[in-house]
Amino acid sequence: MDLSAIDPLVLLASLMVAATPIMLAGIGELVVEKSGVLNLGVEGMMITGAICGFAVAVETGSPALGFLAAAAGGAVLALLFGILTQFLLSNQVATGLALTLFGLGLSALIGQSYIGIKPPHFDQLDIPLLKDLPVLGLVLFRHDVIVYLALGLVVGVWWFLGRSRAGLVLRAIGENHDAAHALGYKVMRVRMLAIVFGGALAGLGGAYISLVRVPQWTEGMTAGAGWIALALVVFASWRPLRLALGAWLFGGITVLQLNLQAAGVAIPIQYLSMSPYIATILVLAFLSSRSGRAALDAPASLGKPFHASS
Amino acid sequence: MLVLEKRPEPSALWRWLAPILAVVLTLVAGGVMFAILGKDPLAAIRMIFWDPLFNETFAAYARPQLLVKAAPLILIALGLSFGFRANIWNIGAEGQYIMGALAAAGVALALYPLDAWWLFPLMIVAGALGGFLWAMIPAFLRTRFGTNEILVSLMLVYVAEAFQAAMALGPMRNPEGHGFPGSRNLQDYPAAHNAELVAGTGMHWGVVTALLAVVIGHIVLNRHLFGFQVRLTGQAPKAARFAGVDADRLVVICLGISGALAGLAGMFEISGPSGQVSIDFNIGYGFTAIIVAFLGRLHPIGILLAGLLMALSYIGGELAQFGLGVPAAAIKALQGMLLFFLLGVDVFTNYRLRWQPGRAG
Amino acid sequence: MSDAPLLVVDGITKRYPGVVANDHVSFDVGRAEIHALLGENGAGKSTLVKIIYGLVQPDEGRMTLEGASYTPAEPREARAAGIAMVFQHFSLFEALSVAENIALGMEDPPPMNALSARIREVSAAYGLPLDPERLVGELSAGERQRVEIIRCLLQEPRLLIMDEPTSVLTPQEVEILFRTLRRLREEGRSILYISHKLEEIRALCDRATILRLGKVVASCDPRACSARELAEMMVGSSFTQPERTQRPFGDVVLEVEGLDLPAGSPFGTSLKDISFRVRAGEILGIGGVAGNGQEELLAALSGERVTAAEAVRLGGEPIGRLTPNPRRARGLLSAPEERLGHAAAPDMTLTENAMMTGAVRRRLVERGFLRWQAARRFAEEIVHRFDVRTPGVGHVARSLSGGNLQKFVIGREILQAPRALVVNQPTWGVDAAAAAAIRQALIDLANKGVAVVVISQDLDELLEISDSFAALNAGRLSAPRPTEGLGIDEIGLLMGGVHGAAPSSAENERPGETV
Repeated sequence: MDLSAIDPLVLLASLMVAATPIMLAGIGELVVEKSGVLNLGVEGMMITGAICGFAVAVETGSPALGFLAAAAGGAVLALLFGILTQFLLSNQVATGLALTLFGLGLSALIGQSYIGIKPPHFDQLDIPLLKDLPVLGLVLFRHDVIVYLALGLVVGVWWFLGRSRAGLVLRAIGENHDAAHALGYKVMRVRMLAIVFGGALAGLGGAYISLVRVPQWTEGMTAGAGWIALALVVFASWRPLRLALGAWLFGGITVLQLNLQAAGVAIPIQYLSMSPYIATILVLAFLSSRSGRAALDAPASLGKPFHASS
Repeated sequence: MLVLEKRPEPSALWRWLAPILAVVLTLVAGGVMFAILGKDPLAAIRMIFWDPLFNETFAAYARPQLLVKAAPLILIALGLSFGFRANIWNIGAEGQYIMGALAAAGVALALYPLDAWWLFPLMIVAGALGGFLWAMIPAFLRTRFGTNEILVSLMLVYVAEAFQAAMALGPMRNPEGHGFPGSRNLQDYPAAHNAELVAGTGMHWGVVTALLAVVIGHIVLNRHLFGFQVRLTGQAPKAARFAGVDADRLVVICLGISGALAGLAGMFEISGPSGQVSIDFNIGYGFTAIIVAFLGRLHPIGILLAGLLMALSYIGGELAQFGLGVPAAAIKALQGMLLFFLLGVDVFTNYRLRWQPGRAG
Repeated sequence: MSDAPLLVVDGITKRYPGVVANDHVSFDVGRAEIHALLGENGAGKSTLVKIIYGLVQPDEGRMTLEGASYTPAEPREARAAGIAMVFQHFSLFEALSVAENIALGMEDPPPMNALSARIREVSAAYGLPLDPERLVGELSAGERQRVEIIRCLLQEPRLLIMDEPTSVLTPQEVEILFRTLRRLREEGRSILYISHKLEEIRALCDRATILRLGKVVASCDPRACSARELAEMMVGSSFTQPERTQRPFGDVVLEVEGLDLPAGSPFGTSLKDISFRVRAGEILGIGGVAGNGQEELLAALSGERVTAAEAVRLGGEPIGRLTPNPRRARGLLSAPEERLGHAAAPDMTLTENAMMTGAVRRRLVERGFLRWQAARRFAEEIVHRFDVRTPGVGHVARSLSGGNLQKFVIGREILQAPRALVVNQPTWGVDAAAAAAIRQALIDLANKGVAVVVISQDLDELLEISDSFAALNAGRLSAPRPTEGLGIDEIGLLMGGVHGAAPSSAENERPGETV
């Protein structure tokens, strides 16, 4: 075992990368949940995005097109969820699970001819001047554009929900859809938009795993990242900036255990690889133990079906 | 325009019709999928849903497999159905299945090569207990702290999978296995082997247990206070509390039942058809059982039928894989589609479509 | 003073499956007029105003506003045309601030800072003080209504629709509201005032249109009619009013002392030091505006929430720690306010709903197994004895009308022969005939020597049937007093919390025994 092989700066830099998929999927799901919809299909949308992005990137040679396709793939799956839950009023929990199971099957089907292929390289941005800063340069300014996009989206969602009129309407719908309907707001339309947005971001997050993080395609490669993204939203108490913090925390745990594995710590790697999941459980339990707060933060209409009966 | 209108009462007809329509729609969509894959849709569907039962060439192998594959699905789905009815979402049955299998295998491997009649019953107890205790983690966290059981039970699947790999590579590794991962094969250990009861039928103790569970489940759901409390809690939680239902107790019991039954399923699988603790002996029964539970309308008899249908798709899928080169993943996608269609058409149980003339003026 | 009417409603018809909610309804609202729309629950008032507000589209008929055709496809258009509405069940968002709530109800709200300033300005001008930064969830029902009214006023409406606005107000708050409404009339605005409270309409309105079963049955000047005349037009026939009888009271059956209970939900009310006693044969009425702890009090008595053992006693036995079924076994029964989802399970049959609370006292469960035959017979008995209109006990609860389901719920508890019965809002949203039947049943029950607690927001109801009266305010209960001789002003003061200063003064020490 050689812990000195772990360079803290490299660790921090790879933490930024490891946090990006769950940050993307998490911020998308946060918007969906703020509108009052619980989409448990994040894992399914991520894995679909992962294969769509991978396949298109390989076929076209362009990672950028790959990411676009990933967003589209996630959005299409989310659209399916939206039609079922919003128009056909199906149970959101069951439909979300169905989305995950279907996404896992569909992605495996599409991906069977892509196993073992390397995707085209996705360049880092290497921001001029800033990248040469000591310490910060390596940690913050030598990443690819998606890392910055994720951060930008977090700030954008924060602004949208807290400062914009449309964001206020979205929050209102998530809080009390009957009242919002009575005031004449289009509950279903807003929710459909939120659901599709969430799906696109989950797809992006998935593609980031298959195109950058790993980068290759294997079945079920998201390995619970979608579920961690869901936990992240609870962790963040539905607040965007806190979600970014949580993503770094989980990213940090993942990176750390990978580094420990590489450094050959005397713990079987199976136990180390449990750690992100156990950490998620512990954090969820700790947060919910401070009861009362969570109930206030959660959108009041979350997961409840809406049918304009009058 | 067409509008959905809530029925004054749920439609009894649609309750039965919805799953059938969902299966039909899935066959149509599945056919389209096979056509896109460049396979003959009719041949593929025939091979998946017809040949395993009625084609002389395959039936001898496939018919017994039907029970073998359906038993764990039915056992797990039945356990899940009680919780699902009460809005208690255990989606980590896969993890409980693994832990039940590991507990049972652990008992057998620890006592190897002891030959005692009580070994197999002890393994059954261990299997149920393993799944039960694993399910008690989300139950405890939910009742004590209010933690979301969906996320916790699901996270525990990944933990259980890692644990199973650790076991297969570490403590449970076969000392005579020349360093290969994986435990001794319990099929070669008569006292611990869950063998066929009647040769060539696929009937083993797990199948017996599953059928028994269906009967008991049916009685409990319709005739016992517990079943009533479960239904009440799912439909109207406030009314259930008013009726004196202890919500925490219900969470513990529902998660406990589903965990124990999933653990049992894992036990019968590891001691029989699978035989060996390996790094990935679980093949997703815990997740497919979710589809089975919904397709069976969370009803014991329905689950029995849905479990058989889903088992058929597994076996037929294998046939189609070898016979037509239909990828295994296509069957998974088909199963996912089935659940989608079911959830979609289910709307007609509680709503009907009505043509509403455009608004005046 | 009006030349041409502001709003003309002409032949509006709206059908729902099985009912015609509005059947060729025609009437008009004049300028600077307070126009009452009067009718029983289920007469079609709500559907009509939803049509005027653009929430529901009529099947037939037309409307004109200031002579021009008016066909609002959505509330936005109604608001643009100068029509604003205050809903009966507020269309507010608890987790959002007052200013955010108001912004959501406006077409083109100014920036938040400017809006907050306007809210302070307008609310001060109309005598309805409001803090724009507070969360709506923290406001009382009266304050929430202010939010709705200010939201409407900021849009300078020509027509303001108010749906049952006084049902959540104390008598004093009603006076303030009426002052505001009269002032709006002086400013030249029209108000469409929906209510079934006759005295209010006589005090406030210039004209009244009366709806019954979806049709306009009369139109009159309410100031020139007696309440009795209005009532007959509204109900269509006269029915027997419940009879009050003098009866002797027995020993104390239900005793609550120093009951404290923390709030059960984020914006709930906590109960503080509640004490009262109810004797055999006595009806204790507990009044108060919605959201002052009624639900919590019912939960503490039914056993849905447990408290200190000594805080609740039944026949001297401390039962505060017991859950609902042990309490039922001892004879303390209850019926919560919310019929669908709390007192009854909407998608379950009447038989199953009978099983729900009747299992203990009617022995519908034997060693854990359910006796469905017995439950069915029990359900049939309820239907028969309480005149519940339903095709059969195999039908689900939500298929019943509000009045019939309420009769079923109350009947289910009464037929279990309670020692003490607690009901919350027993006649809320129920048609007049059913309401009268329920009140009579409660009186009959008391006549048999049962201790009855009626929690209600309907003061007339409490004055009609209760022997003693107490008011809930912000989770505190005033000392019960004999109902006889109690004036409405006094009740208003109790409901407003004036009593709160001295709950432990000497004269209050023996609550419930002052009769």
